[in-house]
Amino acid sequence: MAKQHVSFKLNGKQVDALVEPRELLVHTIRETLSLTGTHIGCETSHCGACTVDLDGKSVKSCTVLAVQADGSELKTVEGLADAGGLHAVQKAFIEEHGLQCGFCTPGMLIRAYRFLQENPNPTEEEIRWGMSGNLCRCTGYQNIVKAVQTAAKTLQQA
Amino acid sequence: MIPSEFEYHKATSIQDAIAQLGAHEDAKLLAGGHSLLPMMKLRFAEPPHLIDINGIEELRGIRLEGDTICIGAMTTENELIHSEILQQHCPLLVEAARLVADPQVRNRGTIGGDVAHGDPGNDHPAVMLALDATFVLHGPGGERQQAANGFFLGTYWNDLQEHEILVELRVPVIKKGVGHGYSKLKRKTGDYAVAGSPVVIELDGEVCRDIRIALTNVAPMAIRAEAAENILRGKVIDDALIEQAAAEVLAACDPAEDLRGDVLYKSHMAAEMARRSIRAALLQARG
Repeated sequence: MAKQHVSFKLNGKQVDALVEPRELLVHTIRETLSLTGTHIGCETSHCGACTVDLDGKSVKSCTVLAVQADGSELKTVEGLADAGGLHAVQKAFIEEHGLQCGFCTPGMLIRAYRFLQENPNPTEEEIRWGMSGNLCRCTGYQNIVKAVQTAAKTLQQA
Repeated sequence: MIPSEFEYHKATSIQDAIAQLGAHEDAKLLAGGHSLLPMMKLRFAEPPHLIDINGIEELRGIRLEGDTICIGAMTTENELIHSEILQQHCPLLVEAARLVADPQVRNRGTIGGDVAHGDPGNDHPAVMLALDATFVLHGPGGERQQAANGFFLGTYWNDLQEHEILVELRVPVIKKGVGHGYSKLKRKTGDYAVAGSPVVIELDGEVCRDIRIALTNVAPMAIRAEAAENILRGKVIDDALIEQAAAEVLAACDPAEDLRGDVLYKSHMAAEMARRSIRAALLQARG
């Protein structure tokens, strides 16, 4: 099958790739563009480990075709930290021990980053609803929720 | 897990999409992709051509036309949830959309895709039946309208004709004296319903002028529990009548046994969802 050219902004940088139409966005990100922070978990759009930010919305990159990302703006977990250091969401996950094995963490971080822009001052229930597309198989949800609360406070004060 | 090979085409307009459906044999439309792509990854579906309709702006958006709300087929679940028009004039759709899948999936999944796909577990078909919606379909022969009642024919089988596209869904504004209820039992976020039941009741004083009880995932497709409706229509609804209606809901169920439960359990859950929705709808209709 002929490959198609796609071009999109990834963590602020314009990138190009040649992809088969059937190629999933997560594979392009990990294998062609070598950013392996975005994880592949269930591959059935349930677990959220592959969550990325596509044009300002959280999506599961295992269920988007790479060709569909042409012309878009993408952010992955690698794009969260900047010259000033880790993002407030990342710091909060460290501070609150918001991870155990860490497999779900990139998806949690990039989802929390977007969620706190959608709802900067959430209640605990709203956090649980807003993060419900991301599963933690260590079931460390308590500290994940705390981390999102802490990040919300930090971002509000900034 | 990746799909088998296919050719990818981007449609630029409704006309273009219809033309491309005609030009490519066995082509499938790609809407939000959150039912189709997982099926393609599992190789349950292997369409040789995908026609992506995500770029067609005229398929998006929600507008009010008199007493009718017109919803573009490519409107996402999250857009339904955040629509002020729906929050004000048809909160049933907002409530239903909030219980579909999870936040990420709701950013991609569309109401039109959910209605046209044909999985009995999809939530909007039953909601459309309860709301007495009308679908606007475009095809090579032009435009036609089809009532939701009669559109759903079986699993992955509906009244869409060859090369036709679902363009718009029209639902009536919920007015004073009209109430709705929505109950859905699911094991966890992201799972299909064990059973779900949207209900709309229209009251004339205390008398039930009309009622529509619809059911999700307890038959090959979304259905109306008509025998149950007939028990309540024209009556002053009380607990005893609700019990009779619930027994008719139970009898109307024909679910497939799976990990979510056996036939009896699912049928009883559907009856309970209908009971709860009838009570909620009544309360609301009475104001």
